[in-house]
Amino acid sequence: MSERELTCIICPASCTLKVRIEPGGSLKIDGALCPRGVEYAKQEVIDPRRIVMSVVKVVDGDLPTVSVKTNKPVPKKCIQEVMKATASIELKAPVEIGQVIIKDICGADVVATRRVKKVNSM
Amino acid sequence: MLELNYDSVVIGAGPAGIAAAIRAKELGLKTVLVENRDLLGGIPLQCVHPGFGLHYFREDLTGTEFIYRFFDKMEKLGVEYLLKSHVHSIELVSHNEKIVNVITPQGVMRLNTKTLIYTAGARERHIFEINVVGDRPAGIYTAGEAQTLMDIYGIIPGKEIVIIGSGDVGLIMARRFALEGAKVKAVIELMHYPGGLTRNIVQCLQDYDIPLYLGHVVTRVVGKRRVEKVVVTKVDEKLKPIKGTEFEIPCDTVVLAAGLIPNLDMLEKIGLIIDPYTRGPIVNEFLETNIPGVFVAGNALVVNDLVDYVVEQGELAAEGAYYFVENDGIPTVDWKPIVRGRNIRFIVPHYVSGKRDVVLYARVQQPEKNVIVTIPEVGWKMKQFNVRPAEMIRVKLTKRLLERASSAEKISIEVIPGE
Repeated sequence: MSERELTCIICPASCTLKVRIEPGGSLKIDGALCPRGVEYAKQEVIDPRRIVMSVVKVVDGDLPTVSVKTNKPVPKKCIQEVMKATASIELKAPVEIGQVIIKDICGADVVATRRVKKVNSM
Repeated sequence: MLELNYDSVVIGAGPAGIAAAIRAKELGLKTVLVENRDLLGGIPLQCVHPGFGLHYFREDLTGTEFIYRFFDKMEKLGVEYLLKSHVHSIELVSHNEKIVNVITPQGVMRLNTKTLIYTAGARERHIFEINVVGDRPAGIYTAGEAQTLMDIYGIIPGKEIVIIGSGDVGLIMARRFALEGAKVKAVIELMHYPGGLTRNIVQCLQDYDIPLYLGHVVTRVVGKRRVEKVVVTKVDEKLKPIKGTEFEIPCDTVVLAAGLIPNLDMLEKIGLIIDPYTRGPIVNEFLETNIPGVFVAGNALVVNDLVDYVVEQGELAAEGAYYFVENDGIPTVDWKPIVRGRNIRFIVPHYVSGKRDVVLYARVQQPEKNVIVTIPEVGWKMKQFNVRPAEMIRVKLTKRLLERASSAEKISIEVIPGE
């Protein structure tokens, strides 16, 4: 039986979670103020995941970049893969919030989180 | 000169100002929102990370997604605004007449208004304020400047970064640098505990193996044309640097995330009274200051950790402005002071009437475990496993609860050890 202490990152309450792995492999979680903490602890022990965010270059827009994020948490070990993929893209304005920028990478889509309007270049 | 008349002029188009202008417009006030940048949105526009809106929208949004929801609402309601417009001065004529002189791309404007909602945010503490000596080469940025460069303009300010300050801003920037491929050599924190939320220590530093030095200060920046290294020193319990503990960290960039100070110069010139603990104004339950009809919300009122609270304050200030316009001034009542008790650093607002629901915002002085936060005059209590200065305490007191304190001269909030 092994025990791990985690800090829940779901909300600012930052609960300290004690995760005990029982001999049978089942998990026992203490310290969560809400069920989301229990889910987080299970996920974090088995397959830690994070939302990844960045910005992507935009041409002919009212802003030079659009901010993006993965629409689902991706495995921690995939973070660099997502970052590499976003770094090599250049978009043309307009870009709308929620627009899919990269489809299906590490089990998630990269979506725009800012609106970039088209401006007429000189 | 163009002269215009308003019920309410809102200064600063960040989340507090936008929320205030929307609410004021909804309530039927003739309102204009004045912004000196060329963009609406303030800081959330450059916050590409999630964690926004959990209270307000019950959804986890990025700062950008959060603020665009308000842009859409502004557009729908037709909220009037001015961009690239610099407030030159504010004049007081009488209790319900103020003049806001604004320099705009269309020329100088004189805005006559009954009320003013001031939401110009906070400024970042800079390197001259935190006792860092040495050279002043290129490569020194505040966290906000670095964030604007990276997340609006797509430019990474450096490759090897040292961050001063472990508040949430410093931690989130550390992660942004690491994600974009810069090496974050260290986060240096003067205090012996982290400034930011524990979840941010985990997901911003531990995830990327970024070392956090608690109880350390950067005492010197070294570099001829560009930053070459910083000198770091350990401090004792009284936060005094310990001689002989100096070491160097080579880097090309120093990012300062050393806290925020409400930006109130404009109002101080017309007699605003400041609370030395929040460094924001003294306000009543409508967020009205000592100057009648002048309301302050958002980080200009008190440095918040959640944008949700900033928006809540903006909306409340607009409701205050509406009440002011309707009654030709906030009716005089026996304002009851709210005072700081044990382990409370500050409390906002400072005065309540007891006649309506009120939301209190407080911070503790120091971290403490297993405590009870209490307002003894109304018999309110909340058990807390952990209180930390980084986490604002928000308490909603209903009118009904406040009636219990009707004969009390004051209301106090304190943190006492739990059983």
